[in-house]
Amino acid sequence: MTPRRAALHTVWRRPAGRAGLIALALLALLALIGPLVLPDPTAQGDLLNGALLPPGSGHLLGTDQLSRDVLSRIVTGLRLSLIIGLASACLAVALGAAVGLIAGSRAGMVDTVLMRIVDALLAIPRLFVLLLVLAVWDRVPIPALVLLLALTGWYGTSRLVRAETVRLRGEDFVRAAEALGAGRLRIALHHLLPNVAAPILVAGTLGVGDVILLEAGLTYLGLGIRPPTPSLGGMVLDSRSVFVTAPWTSIFPGLVIVLTVLSVNLVGDALRDALDPRSA
Amino acid sequence: MALALLFFLIRSLPGDPLAVLSEDRPLTSEQVRDLQRRYQLDQPLGAQFTAFMGGAVRGDFGTSIQYGRPVRQLVLERLPRTLLLGATVLLINFTLGLWLGVQQALHRGRPLDRILTTLSLTGYATPSFWLGLMLVLVFAVRLHWLPAAGSQDPGLDGAGVLTVVLDRLRHLILPALTLAAVSIASSMRYQRAAMLEALRQPYVAAARARGLTEGQVTWGHAWRSALPSVLTLFGLWLPILVVGAVFVEQVFAWQGLGSLTAGAAAARDYPLLMGTAVLATAAVVTGSLVSDVLHALLDPRARAE
Repeated sequence: MTPRRAALHTVWRRPAGRAGLIALALLALLALIGPLVLPDPTAQGDLLNGALLPPGSGHLLGTDQLSRDVLSRIVTGLRLSLIIGLASACLAVALGAAVGLIAGSRAGMVDTVLMRIVDALLAIPRLFVLLLVLAVWDRVPIPALVLLLALTGWYGTSRLVRAETVRLRGEDFVRAAEALGAGRLRIALHHLLPNVAAPILVAGTLGVGDVILLEAGLTYLGLGIRPPTPSLGGMVLDSRSVFVTAPWTSIFPGLVIVLTVLSVNLVGDALRDALDPRSA
Repeated sequence: MALALLFFLIRSLPGDPLAVLSEDRPLTSEQVRDLQRRYQLDQPLGAQFTAFMGGAVRGDFGTSIQYGRPVRQLVLERLPRTLLLGATVLLINFTLGLWLGVQQALHRGRPLDRILTTLSLTGYATPSFWLGLMLVLVFAVRLHWLPAAGSQDPGLDGAGVLTVVLDRLRHLILPALTLAAVSIASSMRYQRAAMLEALRQPYVAAARARGLTEGQVTWGHAWRSALPSVLTLFGLWLPILVVGAVFVEQVFAWQGLGSLTAGAAAARDYPLLMGTAVLATAAVVTGSLVSDVLHALLDPRARAE
């Protein structure tokens, strides 16, 4: 069995991990197929008679104040959330792993300087950095948003990877590789990286959930994804003026955020329990 | 150092704060020059940096664009409300959160543990702004039990002290519950892990063997030794609270620093945003310092190192 399949298998064996995987698969399926069969999420219908229709009535989850189909918007928003979460967590983890490997495999000045910078970056709450940047950067393009979320999300991973690398550096297999004349780069990529893959995978998975929540929050504050692009956080924001009379405009997008983040985190937790017995 | 990074990060961004400001109302080039002078944007980067750092050290972050008042004054005005909310949530997490964590450890793997784990994970996955809206929908709109927003009833001038205090408490319940629900998972989780570790120790078995009651063993022996590592979390809770407050205060129109920050971000009020960001950073740094000191005070092992 390949390591990837082994990891999947161990997650599957845990009830919570299995529930997370199933829910995540269903959500991904919905995000993939939904847009093909559902009405256009930006299409406005009859504003006079088609706005704020309750669930049922031809629209499974009702319509919003601009008579747009809530379910279509949720599905499109979910797809965007998943893409942003995955892309920026992958980027963040790659960056964190690179910095951690460099710092961990080179003792001395490089290590000290890198880790002091990480300490300083960790002291600033991530949300505030993003607020400051996005307040200046009006109408940020989505790829830039992904990049920003990644650039503010790698510090923890780099610490983790550095600690693991330092621990492994003195191990026999690394010293054997050194004795055989392997270069620093080869040791880092071929010998150290595979051995720190487990914590990276866990950090990355949990990072997806964090990013989805953060992106929804920023969008809710009016700084992330802008209309007319449908997004889950944006739907909750739009519903604020009508949620008393039309609660479905607010309830369902929020529930989908909870379900998505919860299932990602369940998978992440199961992975951690499976791969890192110390923290179980 | 964190301050310096913040400064250069912002200044290196594409976009001009004045361009955002003048989006809705066109400015003449004279007005732009005047504004640039006022916010020292015409100075070279080095000079801007020195001025910013000098101001920040003195607690001076300039003038808010949105309110036209000194940032320091605004922040100091809003600080008490945020402290009240934060302290309440911290109290809930510290008492209820830790107690639930201990119960989980005592019932490890049994239904109670599973249910509590699922509940706390669900809370952790819930966006605070949405949970706030849902609680308003249930408790304010449908049931009329609690006020939907604000931190006090405006029509209470001249009312008795007791009425005012009760009114404040009623306004506090929903925001505090929201923030506690989304943040309690971390305290429960760490307490559970620390307690499980403690329950495995030989001295716990020894205490049981000496015939102490289960309550004495749990709280007097196991919990006491698990406490320092949980208290270290103080440094971890503070960022969660600071960030959560931004959303929760915005939802409930709670007149604190969080809603000030959210409003500043929406209005692109740059000096004000910078001021609250610096304060949040300071709070986080202080939090981790306090937790280190607490740890040293409570755990002799940490002092010896």
